[in-house]
Amino acid sequence: MRNEWRGFKGTKWTEEVNMRDFIQCNYTAYDGDESFLAGPTEATNKLWGRLQELQKQERAKGGVLDMETEIVSSMTAYGPGYIDESMKDLEKIVGLQTDKPLKRAFMPYGGIKMAEQACTTYGYQPSEKLHEIFTKYCKTHNEGVFDAYTDEMKRVRHNHILTGLPDTYGRGRIVGDYRRVALYGIDFLIEQKEIDKYNCGKRQMSEDIIRLREEISMQIKALKEMKKMAEIYGYDISQPAKNAREAVQWLYFGYLAAIKTQNGAAMSVGRVSTFLDIYITRDMQEGTLTEQEAQELIDHLVMKFRMVKFARIPSYNEIFSGDPVWATLEVAGIGQDGRHMVTKNCYRFLNTLINMGPSPEPNLTVLYSPRLPENFKRYAAWISVKTSSIQYENDEVMRPIWGDDYSICCCVSATQTGKEMQFFGARANMAKTLLYAINGGVDAKTREQCGPKFRPITSEYLTWEELEPRFRDTLDWLADIYVNTLNLIHYMHDKYFYEAAEMALIDSDVRRTFATGIAGFSHVVDSICAVKYAKVKIIRDENGFNYDYVTEGDFPRYGNDDDRADEVAVWVLKTFLAKIKRHHTYRNSEPTTSILTITSNVVYGKYTGNLPDGRRAGAPLSPGANPSYGAEKNGLLASLNSVAKIPYEYALDGISNTQTIAPSALGHNDEERAQTLVRVMDGYFTKGAHHLNVNVFGVDKLLDAMEHPEKPEYANFTIRVSGYAVKFIDLTHEQQLDVIARQAHERL
Amino acid sequence: MSASDTKAYIHSTESFGSVDGPGIRFLIFLQGCGMRCRYCHNPDTWKNSESGTPATVGELLDKAERYRDYWAAEGGITVSGGEALLQIDFLIDLFEEAHRRGINTCLDTAAQPFTREEPFFSKFERLMQSTDLVLLDIKHFSSERHRWLTGHGNEAILDCARYLSDIGQPMWVRHVLVPGITDDEEHLRSLRKFIDTLGNVKKVEVLPYHTLGIFKWEQLGIPYTLTDVPTPTAEQTQRAEEILVK
Repeated sequence: MRNEWRGFKGTKWTEEVNMRDFIQCNYTAYDGDESFLAGPTEATNKLWGRLQELQKQERAKGGVLDMETEIVSSMTAYGPGYIDESMKDLEKIVGLQTDKPLKRAFMPYGGIKMAEQACTTYGYQPSEKLHEIFTKYCKTHNEGVFDAYTDEMKRVRHNHILTGLPDTYGRGRIVGDYRRVALYGIDFLIEQKEIDKYNCGKRQMSEDIIRLREEISMQIKALKEMKKMAEIYGYDISQPAKNAREAVQWLYFGYLAAIKTQNGAAMSVGRVSTFLDIYITRDMQEGTLTEQEAQELIDHLVMKFRMVKFARIPSYNEIFSGDPVWATLEVAGIGQDGRHMVTKNCYRFLNTLINMGPSPEPNLTVLYSPRLPENFKRYAAWISVKTSSIQYENDEVMRPIWGDDYSICCCVSATQTGKEMQFFGARANMAKTLLYAINGGVDAKTREQCGPKFRPITSEYLTWEELEPRFRDTLDWLADIYVNTLNLIHYMHDKYFYEAAEMALIDSDVRRTFATGIAGFSHVVDSICAVKYAKVKIIRDENGFNYDYVTEGDFPRYGNDDDRADEVAVWVLKTFLAKIKRHHTYRNSEPTTSILTITSNVVYGKYTGNLPDGRRAGAPLSPGANPSYGAEKNGLLASLNSVAKIPYEYALDGISNTQTIAPSALGHNDEERAQTLVRVMDGYFTKGAHHLNVNVFGVDKLLDAMEHPEKPEYANFTIRVSGYAVKFIDLTHEQQLDVIARQAHERL
Repeated sequence: MSASDTKAYIHSTESFGSVDGPGIRFLIFLQGCGMRCRYCHNPDTWKNSESGTPATVGELLDKAERYRDYWAAEGGITVSGGEALLQIDFLIDLFEEAHRRGINTCLDTAAQPFTREEPFFSKFERLMQSTDLVLLDIKHFSSERHRWLTGHGNEAILDCARYLSDIGQPMWVRHVLVPGITDDEEHLRSLRKFIDTLGNVKKVEVLPYHTLGIFKWEQLGIPYTLTDVPTPTAEQTQRAEEILVK
């Protein structure tokens, strides 16, 4: 065996790329507690201190510290960059997106207009030369999409029934298997891709084969460029990493190649924790690495993930508020053979939140199972109580579908690492769709005929007999236009903004999922319940437009563990997915859906009229799969039980639930609170739920942070919102109010 | 009629209680209370029990069991109020049925209805056989102050504590800390002395007074008399804990 692989067990992975085999053959499960962990080193404190100063300057400058206007981003566009030139020797892990920390690169391939608008928004003058190149000689993804869009597609976009579509920015959600760079070195990966290319298209040169050959060639070029990028920093990554420090560095170079070439909405890191632990354990056995040094490597890697930035436009920030990049990174999980996959390194990643304080990035995700070691569950819960910075996803429902080497490729969506990619599809506003069904496709906000011109409902009271067939028909239309729009977008993205660097680290024979999504879920459910169980009187204006509803009597609401409402929730999901699945999806991808909104629930709500459940026009929709504000009357567990009834198999792209619990409701001290939280999650995930964002704080803290954002204790005050974490003071005022409005679970 | 049809008048239920007994617990608040504590944060539970919502033993336990997955070994149900002992017939059927179903039971009470007179006493004896833990709220150790604070002397409550001690019933003693009213050192020390004479006190809890329930007094149109009383500081709470708990 080659020297870089000394001491490693197994053979399959040595002959071909097989990360899972390598991990399963070599990881050391850890059952102990957190007492072994080390604090930050002096170097970590200095670098993080400097970075915090830079973050402060960035905030003072309106959210952007510096921006590129002259150079198009690429892996090799810049010389080396460091957090601080004078302290560069302290950086154990190196590599920046540009030449300066927090400086945002110029990325025109998604769309030149947006790249330029991002500059001008923050007071930078984009280059005229680049403007000429990208309008005259070189086409972008955005231009391709708008060349092909139909009038109807533009109309649904304009009416916000589809919002946040990746037609103006990178689609993201592709996790390169960055671990491959460390284990195999680039040269081996190139060899493998050359074999794939040789075997591709020997007989029939059909369109898909031609495309694949071109793509593999682009991947090989990207791999070669990765080597050059590493050389700029003085590293040769052609061969495998020899030790832990190199493994962390090589892996990071793989990720750096991705974020230098793509500005995807989600640029996730993947399941790297247990993999890296194998190297750290070997170094420790060889006596070349101490715990302190190991923690420092992880702290410095995480510091880099905390620095990822992209230039965005205001309409993007409205949907994805607070500058998120979804550098999602997983810890824990259970293997197919029943061994848990918690390693000391899972603790080290969580410990970065103590060593360097809370932070929204990387989006730390615990792959949870009630079967994880009690020590680890309690430690993770304690980190939640302290920092509100991590999320939990149920390994017990994901493992049967995705195996035991999946990553989370965005907020909550699983993807088999190195085997799959996803066509990100944002989400459709189902609450609006319900209103279209009532009003014959006329939009409540614009009064345009946006949907199909069905007969509007003219009865005095809304009945399910009248509404159901119309709702089904309108959903048919929605699924049709939604899938077609996404097909078109992803065709153009592949053509003009192909992710060569990420795809180079994924098998050539890639499996694709097609991720649609639902917004306004709880409101649709409650509105249907209102129609079914109460009397909903329609209020019309002088033109006969149904614009408001008066509900007489009580009705069950989603979020109370009331089967009547929760069954409607399941029906809504299943009905929607069945309609999506009827359609051909681009590159024969597998259609999935999610109940996940990010912070877009605020924007979506703005464009949605009054609903039969009592929600007023313009008010934010409830985020993700959360019950509606004020609907939950039976406490936290009743709410969790409702969400847990939504079958994950029908929403494989994820079911996001965000809960805020007052510290006093969890226990008298942090140890008790952590213990209670473990019980809550054990119960919730035993019931088959998919995801939980956990916030532990009271409303008083939010109010104070909104009024006094300048207080130092709020500089890094991190909260979980639907699908990610964000610094509270970076949210728009509207979104802050929305977070505050959601009832925290506390008891008198 | 089977025991599972016995009806109670409830104020409300809550799926998630984590500070009313061990572990995570399903809370049942019964309607009706004979005390009129000046700091009560649930004055809406005072009115006689018939004003509550009727619910049977079976219904309540079926509902509680939906949360079994969250309870682990130590969780279960806690019945509170109002004053739960005012509906003791129901409590007996509820707890006995709960035990048949393997559910841990906890009674949160101020014990004001306690008496060694019949028919109450035999019922109470029977209830304790299916009660895993009593959370006994002692509002004030001085009977006179107790009367001012709650409208009743504390004789029945202290007697109940002694009785629970005599039969070896596990209990937690809880004390609401109200600055200027229940926090003077002498009072706390005598209370501690009393607690030390009791067997089977598994835990003593100091509950800091809070004002989150005042809005309910306003809604009910009942004048609130402690408007000028502040919530205790962390130091005050810690000091009381040192006397009562440590």
